[in-house]
Amino acid sequence: MSVDKNTVAKIAKLARIRVDEAQQEALSGELNQILGWVEQLSELDTTGVEPMTSVVEMTQPLREDVVNDGHYVDRVTKNAPDSAHGFYAVPKVVE
Amino acid sequence: MSNLTHLTIADALSGMDKGEFTARELTEAHVKAVEDTRALNAYIVETPEIALAQADASDKRRASGTAGVMEGIPIAMKDLFCTEGTQTTAASHILEGFVPTYESTVSGNLWNAGAVMLGKSNLDQFAMGSANITSYFGNVINPWQREGSDAQLTPGGSSGGSAATVAARAAMAATGTDTGGSIRQPAAFSGIVGLKPTYGRCSRWGVIAFASSLDQAGPMTRSVRDAAIMLEAMAGYDAKDSTSVNLPVPRYQDALTGDIRGLKVGIPKEYRIDGTPIEIEKAWEQGIEWLRAAGAEPVEISLPHTKYALPTYYIIAPAECSSNLARYDGVRYGQRVEGKSLDDMYENTRAAGFGDEVKRRILIGTYVLSAGYYDAYYNKARQVRTLIANDFKKAYESVDVILTPTAPSPAFGIGEKMDDPIAMYLNDVFTVPASLAGLPGISIPSGLSSEGTPLGLQLLGRAFDEETLLRVAGVMEQAAGFSALPQLIAGGK
Repeated sequence: MSVDKNTVAKIAKLARIRVDEAQQEALSGELNQILGWVEQLSELDTTGVEPMTSVVEMTQPLREDVVNDGHYVDRVTKNAPDSAHGFYAVPKVVE
Repeated sequence: MSNLTHLTIADALSGMDKGEFTARELTEAHVKAVEDTRALNAYIVETPEIALAQADASDKRRASGTAGVMEGIPIAMKDLFCTEGTQTTAASHILEGFVPTYESTVSGNLWNAGAVMLGKSNLDQFAMGSANITSYFGNVINPWQREGSDAQLTPGGSSGGSAATVAARAAMAATGTDTGGSIRQPAAFSGIVGLKPTYGRCSRWGVIAFASSLDQAGPMTRSVRDAAIMLEAMAGYDAKDSTSVNLPVPRYQDALTGDIRGLKVGIPKEYRIDGTPIEIEKAWEQGIEWLRAAGAEPVEISLPHTKYALPTYYIIAPAECSSNLARYDGVRYGQRVEGKSLDDMYENTRAAGFGDEVKRRILIGTYVLSAGYYDAYYNKARQVRTLIANDFKKAYESVDVILTPTAPSPAFGIGEKMDDPIAMYLNDVFTVPASLAGLPGISIPSGLSSEGTPLGLQLLGRAFDEETLLRVAGVMEQAAGFSALPQLIAGGK
C-alpha cells in the first residue's frame, strides 16, 4: 500500500483542495507515514464485530415534520462572500 | 482588589453574594488581567465591552434575587463556539471575519446562567492539534516555564488559549472542547482542571464540528468544585442536537462529599507504556496512594485494545473531519478565492483557507472514505472502536473509576515534535481511548515535574456518571494540594 503523487492529486481533487506538484511529493510522504502507522489495525481479527455507529446507546429521536424555524433570509446570507436578491451568488456554472 | 483574579468561581460567587465586590469589579479586574497577559496570545478576539455590559446586567440580576449558577463569573469562550455578533473563526483563515447570527447552545446556557465573556480564546485550527501551534492567529504560549529557562512552552491543545488564560489568572474559567484529549491534555500542561463530559451531556449545536461522533464541550477551571459548577451550567438536553441525551442535570457540586471509601479504582496495565518518563510513572503511583489512603481500593484492570486506540482515532477523526469541513466552500460564509469555474473557486478557496494540518487530515479522511478503501480503513476502525468501548464496559463491571496519567510528558517546547505528525499524535495516547468510548474524563494537576512544570492525572468514569468522577477528583485534588503558580501571570507572581 502506498500513496503516490498521482493518488495525492486524485484525493486532493476529491477534497477540492488545490495542491501543487511540489506539495504532492511532500504530502505523499506524510500520508504514507500516517497510513503505514494506522495499518497496525489489520493485525486484529474483527470478524463478526459490529462497527460502532453511536457511542451512546440511543434510538434516533424523531420530531414532527413541521416548519418550526426560518423566515430570515438576511441572517442566513449575512456571512456570504457574495449574495444577491436573497440568494448565494457563485461563479457561472452553466454556459 | 488585585487578588480578585486569584479566586475560584465558588469563592467569587460567595464574595458577590455577601456584597464584598460586584460583578463589575470582578470583570474589570479580569479585563485588565487579559490585557496584562497578551503576550500569551490566548485570545483571538477580546470582548471587554460585552464583558462589562454583561457584568452590569449580572449585578442587577443578583440585586433582584435572580442570580444564575455562574452569575457574574468572567470566562473565556473557546473560539469554536458560535457567538452571536462576535467573530468565530475556529482559529482558521477560512472563517476569518465570520460573525455568527446565532448563539451555540452551550455558550447560550452559560450566558443564561450569568457568565460574562472576556473574549474568544485561541485554539488549534479547527481543534486539530495537541500544542496550539496550528492556529492561523499564532501560537499560544504556556504561562509556565521550565526552571531556569525562559524558553516558550506549548500550553497543549487544542484548547490551548483556554488553558493558558485560566492558568495565568486572566479568566476564572474557560470552555473547551475535547475530541481526543483537547480539554484534558492542555489542562495537564497548564496546571488546571479540565473535564470532558460523557458524549451527549453537552449540546454540540453551534460548536464548529471537527469529528461529530467524538466532539464534546466541557469546563476548564482551577478547581474541581468550579468544574462541577460550570458543567451544571453547560450541560443539558437540546432538541437541536440529535445526539444530546435527555437526562436531568444534577447539581454536580453535591457530589463532592469527600468520601470515596470502598470505591474501586481501576489501574489499567496497558497504560504502562515503554518509554514513559519515570516521573509520569511516579506521579501515577502517587495518585494511587492518595486514593488508597482515602479508603478507595486500587484494582489492576486490563483494557486489552488500548494500543489500537490512536490508530483507530486517526482514521475515524479525519474521516469525519473531511466530511464536516466540506461545508467550507467559499459560498455560504468565510473567505472566498475566485477562480475560473465553480470547482476552481472551491479549490482555490480551500487551498488558501486551511492550514497544513487541517489539509493533511482532510486528505487522510478523503482517502480512507474513498471507494476501495472504505472497508479496509473506515469500517475496520469502527469495528475496533466497538472493541475499545467493550473493554471499558467490561472494566466498569468491577471498578467505579479508572486512574491514569493524562499525558505522556509535561509541556514541551514550541518547535519540538513539529516535524513528525505521529510524534505529535502520541500526546493523546492516554486520552483518546475514553474519547472513542464516549466516556467522561477529568484531568487534575497532581504536582510538578523535575522541570518545574505541571503534571496531570486523569480519572475516567462510567457514562453519565460525572458525579462519581467529580467526587474522586475532589479527593485527589485535596490530597495533591497543588498550589504552584506559573511564571507568566496577570499582575505578576
